[in-house]
Amino acid sequence: MTDLSLTAAKRASRRRWILLAPALILLVFAASGPLLITVIFSLLTPGDYGGVVWKFSTDGWFGVFAQRDIFDGTFGWSDAHLSIFWRSVKLSLITTVACLFFGVPTAYFIATRPKKQRGFWMLLIIIPFWTNLLIRTFAILELIRNEGTVNSLLIWAGVIDAPIQILYTEFSIILGMVYVYLPLMVLPVYASMERFDFSLVEAAYDLYATRFRVLRRVILPLVKPGIVAGSILVFVPSLGAYVTPRVMGGGNQLMLGNLIELQFGQGRNWPLGAALSMTLLAIVMVALIVYVRAAGNEEVQHG
Amino acid sequence: MTTAISARSLRKVYPGTPPVEALAGADLDIQDNEFFTLLGPSGCGKTTLLRMIAGFEHPTSGSLDMFGASLLDLPPYKRPINTVFQSYALFPHLTVSQNIAFGLEMLGKPKTEIKETVAQMVDLVQMSELADRQTGQISGGQQQRVALARALAPKPRVLLLDEPLSALDFKLRKEMQLELKRLQTETGITFIFVTHDQEEALTMSDRIAVMNAGSIRQIGAPRDIYDHPAERFVADFIGDTNFLSAQITSSNADRARVDLSSGESTSARLPEGGARDGQVTLAIRPEHAKLVMPDDGLLRGTLENIVYFGTDTHIHLRLTDGTPFTLRQQNNSETELQFAKGDTAGIRFAPDVAQVLKD
Ligand SMILES: Nc1ncnc2c1ncn2[C@@H]1O[C@H](COP(=O)(O)OP(=O)(O)O)[C@@H](O)[C@H]1O
Ligand SMILES: [Mg+2]
Repeated sequence: MTDLSLTAAKRASRRRWILLAPALILLVFAASGPLLITVIFSLLTPGDYGGVVWKFSTDGWFGVFAQRDIFDGTFGWSDAHLSIFWRSVKLSLITTVACLFFGVPTAYFIATRPKKQRGFWMLLIIIPFWTNLLIRTFAILELIRNEGTVNSLLIWAGVIDAPIQILYTEFSIILGMVYVYLPLMVLPVYASMERFDFSLVEAAYDLYATRFRVLRRVILPLVKPGIVAGSILVFVPSLGAYVTPRVMGGGNQLMLGNLIELQFGQGRNWPLGAALSMTLLAIVMVALIVYVRAAGNEEVQHG
Repeated sequence: MTTAISARSLRKVYPGTPPVEALAGADLDIQDNEFFTLLGPSGCGKTTLLRMIAGFEHPTSGSLDMFGASLLDLPPYKRPINTVFQSYALFPHLTVSQNIAFGLEMLGKPKTEIKETVAQMVDLVQMSELADRQTGQISGGQQQRVALARALAPKPRVLLLDEPLSALDFKLRKEMQLELKRLQTETGITFIFVTHDQEEALTMSDRIAVMNAGSIRQIGAPRDIYDHPAERFVADFIGDTNFLSAQITSSNADRARVDLSSGESTSARLPEGGARDGQVTLAIRPEHAKLVMPDDGLLRGTLENIVYFGTDTHIHLRLTDGTPFTLRQQNNSETELQFAKGDTAGIRFAPDVAQVLKD
């Protein structure tokens, strides 16, 4: 009796472990493992042709924020790095806000279509996802470069005489990132809106709320979970983006992702690259904590 | 008396294949301070009519006025009309009192006034103890009260109620019927109440509009409609009715002399705008007829079934021409049925209780 139940319990526990295995493997090899390696690499010495030499050093971390003056050997803040951090945060924030601005009404539009049509509209949102990121980014580049479609059309129409410099500016990076990350905003917002009970909108209209107030007082508070999720999904990859800033920024508008890539590539400074990666992670975590706290605490406002 | 809501040839067709004509040209005048009920079977267009008054639907054609001014160009938030929704539609992210305050806040009322009114309203619907609960944490009946308080708080000129009691159980429903009637009398607000329950309509309303398949069939006080249904649908939908065929022999302004199938003749009421001669159908309420000895009856029939209901007894007869006839007798200590199943009995009714139907 006792023996039987014991082996049964053992078998049950083994089955549990087997079922958990994929998750555990993923956690070890895809999450904790690489993270651990990055932490270790950030504390080693760079090798001459890339890679690392197994010798402890804090130079990598030091280089994240500081730099040695090549003339007098004193140390100072690394202005170049700080300005890149700042640009990354700024552009990611602007991208997130722009995605909210375009994504929320889009999700609202789709969620208010008849059920049968919603699939079609979602398909239109998702289709760009099926195309390679580089190709999509170069497509935008073709649109906005000086001899591109937009400028040609404007010149042809006589609105401008000379092409406007759109490409290789912060604006073009934002444009590219908004385009790339917009679906990541639309999807979660749409999901929360689809669950939204639209008779509440009528109830609010009925109680003297104008369209704008219906949005602010009823729709937004109730779809906030989707908006929070969408903002995170857009902000986080924006912060680490590197293809879009590279193509649209043309190399002189670096973002964190490009800086990191530089260290692992031409820079041959893996420890600095690893330390920068950890810094990026830290910025993301701090931003998320601040954001989620703020979104969670914000009481329903009156007035 | 002033007219609160007035509709002329109001029509609504929902686009689609095929298009649905939900309302086929309604004419309606609802008085100020009236408890007015739209009564009809499911799908007859009650909600559609209500939604047009609220402003959620735009009529396909026709006019809709409120206190003499057209409503048609006003969005819902500019109409001094509030709605109690069938699903209540309470805001789930707000508390009971925040729900009730919503309309007042949107109207830009001062904070102190809002607080006062909310307190009054919470009191009025007996929800003071639960004022700070989330709306998901209260029962259906309580949600119903909150929905009512929320709609009443901004003191609308007209309150629309779309089957507000249909989700409640029987006992709560009876309570809320009385409650609604009391609130209407106390506030003096015009109530337009939608129901498919004829008993509810009869007990609560000042006037009832009976609807069927997108059109208004008859408008009148509960008693009028019950005692003098204008057509077969109304007679059938409200209460139980016996239908008899009869022949008009002579008529004056609103009465006619009719010959029944038994050969006897009696006096019946004529409907407005109905036939004044020829073969017609009469409606007679079961409680308006009584059993007598066969030779004293206007009609004769065989008792087929006797069903005891406590307060009254229903007696089912088959007339000599084959038509079924039901009779309802109140039970009290003095009356005792002198007939048994299978007996032949006579049926009598007073002059003018029979109503000639239009169709
Ligand atoms: N939005 C709509 N689109 C198409 N048809 C509708 C719509 N709303 C109601 N209908 C149709 O109009 C008719 C009347 O509906 P409704 O006014 O809801 O009736 P009731 O409230 O009396 O049950 C029904 O046949 C219904 O199917
Ligand atoms: Mg309805």
